[in-house]
Amino acid sequence: MLDVARLRADFPLLAQRENGHPLVYLDNAATTQKPQVVLDAIADYYRTTNANVHRGAYDLAIRATEAYEAARAKLAAFVNAWAPEGVVFTRGTTEAINLVAGSYGRASVKAGDGVVVTAMDHHSNLVPWQILCQEKGATLRMVELTADGRIDLSDFGRALERRPKIVAFPYVSNALGTVNPVAQLTKLAHAVGAVVVVDGAQSTPHLKVDVQALDCDFYALSGHKMLGPMGSGALVARPELLEAMPPYHGGGEMISRVWDDHSSYNKIPHKFEAGTPNVEGAVGLAAAITYLERIGRERIAEHEQALAAAAIAKLTQIEGVTVYGPPGKSDRAGVVSFTYGDIHPHDIATILDQDGICIRAGHHCAQPLMRRLNVTATARASFYLYNGLDEVDALAGALVKAGALFGYVPA
Amino acid sequence: MDTSPPDPQLSALYQELILDHYRRPRNKGTLEQATHAVSLNNPLCGDEIDLQLRVDGDVIKEARFIGRGCSISQAAASMMTQLVKDKSIPQALALADRMGAMMQGDEGAARDKTLGELRALAGVSKFPVRIKCALLPWNALTDAVQPPRG
Repeated sequence: MLDVARLRADFPLLAQRENGHPLVYLDNAATTQKPQVVLDAIADYYRTTNANVHRGAYDLAIRATEAYEAARAKLAAFVNAWAPEGVVFTRGTTEAINLVAGSYGRASVKAGDGVVVTAMDHHSNLVPWQILCQEKGATLRMVELTADGRIDLSDFGRALERRPKIVAFPYVSNALGTVNPVAQLTKLAHAVGAVVVVDGAQSTPHLKVDVQALDCDFYALSGHKMLGPMGSGALVARPELLEAMPPYHGGGEMISRVWDDHSSYNKIPHKFEAGTPNVEGAVGLAAAITYLERIGRERIAEHEQALAAAAIAKLTQIEGVTVYGPPGKSDRAGVVSFTYGDIHPHDIATILDQDGICIRAGHHCAQPLMRRLNVTATARASFYLYNGLDEVDALAGALVKAGALFGYVPA
Repeated sequence: MDTSPPDPQLSALYQELILDHYRRPRNKGTLEQATHAVSLNNPLCGDEIDLQLRVDGDVIKEARFIGRGCSISQAAASMMTQLVKDKSIPQALALADRMGAMMQGDEGAARDKTLGELRALAGVSKFPVRIKCALLPWNALTDAVQPPRG
């Protein structure tokens, strides 16, 4: 386990009390807290380096551009991107996937073609494909899950028989914590000629990610789920795919020359970064990456697996609690979704909040998954490097209190 | 482990009466001769209600609902369907206003006997994110009898 007490000292917000209790922040799959080094990097950027990037001829603007491009190189190395120019900064995972659907998808998917997603995809890796398929008259196929919350490989195989153009799935499920066998799924999809889009929102913060080893084609990530600022994120892609794709947004920065009635476009990645970018976000994200690298993602993953295993063990001891997702330890990240008898997840979240415990209650932007689990909502605790076993105990203790408050009697 | 007694605000929120309506909802089901129907959901948390009314003249003769959601939204729906029975539409809309005022922390509304059992929900006003749960059935009622224009 990591030295949580030492790490927590790096995060000013975690020292706060909530409703008179020490803050127990267990909603890290939604967003993470920020260490002082990230806050400092953002403030320092504005204090010493701020100017618009890629435009100014003066030294300050050159330093701003260098900071922005250094952040890109840092992120590229962090996920072993094909090249720094294969990293397009976006507002986050959602925008990155919309970019793929709106540019690559619109250019390559035609009427009658197929796009494959899975029943565990977040709405952000589903709705953009729905929009694309509706526009093109293409077919969207959703791959089913096994009873224990894994992608059903036989159904995945059947979905590939129709030779879809695009196959999209998450590396880690935000609602179940399942870690999917990305390299294996990618190999199967490539064998039928599909392009693979991986939603990396929940994997990049927690696992050592190597997009070249995964061999996918597009990989989307969010900065704010990995200690970075909100509104930072990226699409990581094979440069040759980006080269061939039409622009997504039009505007400044993405052009090369502009005439009255048409334009030529800038080279990648700038072709996809219209307008003034979120330089503060990129700089803050780079600081977050430095922080994560210092600890090591293998150690972070190990720490979170231990917390998840402890939480599952504690929670399943409470009569009436059902935990969703794979039972094993190896293919599960630090996300624990559960229900407790007939106590609605929102009621659980309200009760836990009075003890300073922040969990998520709801459909987790995965309504097709909730339907398959036959629930409208679940409660979800999700861990990060600054959470400790004492917080797992606090969660279990508060749940017992919720049961008492509701007069929960096991059926 | 924390063995302190539950927070008094929580005990006020989850009163026996509310849990009773949650677990044994009154008027749950569908009406065969509904004159008004509306479906509402809260996209943020997934609470759902399908409300049906049988209105004769301007009097609500019967109200039934089907819904899925938290204890607050489901208890509020159950209590509301009892309260608006045999009320005129203007009376029902006035009750919706009183309910809204109670959720905003209006103590006069919280003592208003015309709200009947719904006064048990006064504690929701201390939990701002849950107010929308308590008002979901009332918003459905308002939409049903007074369809939004536009």
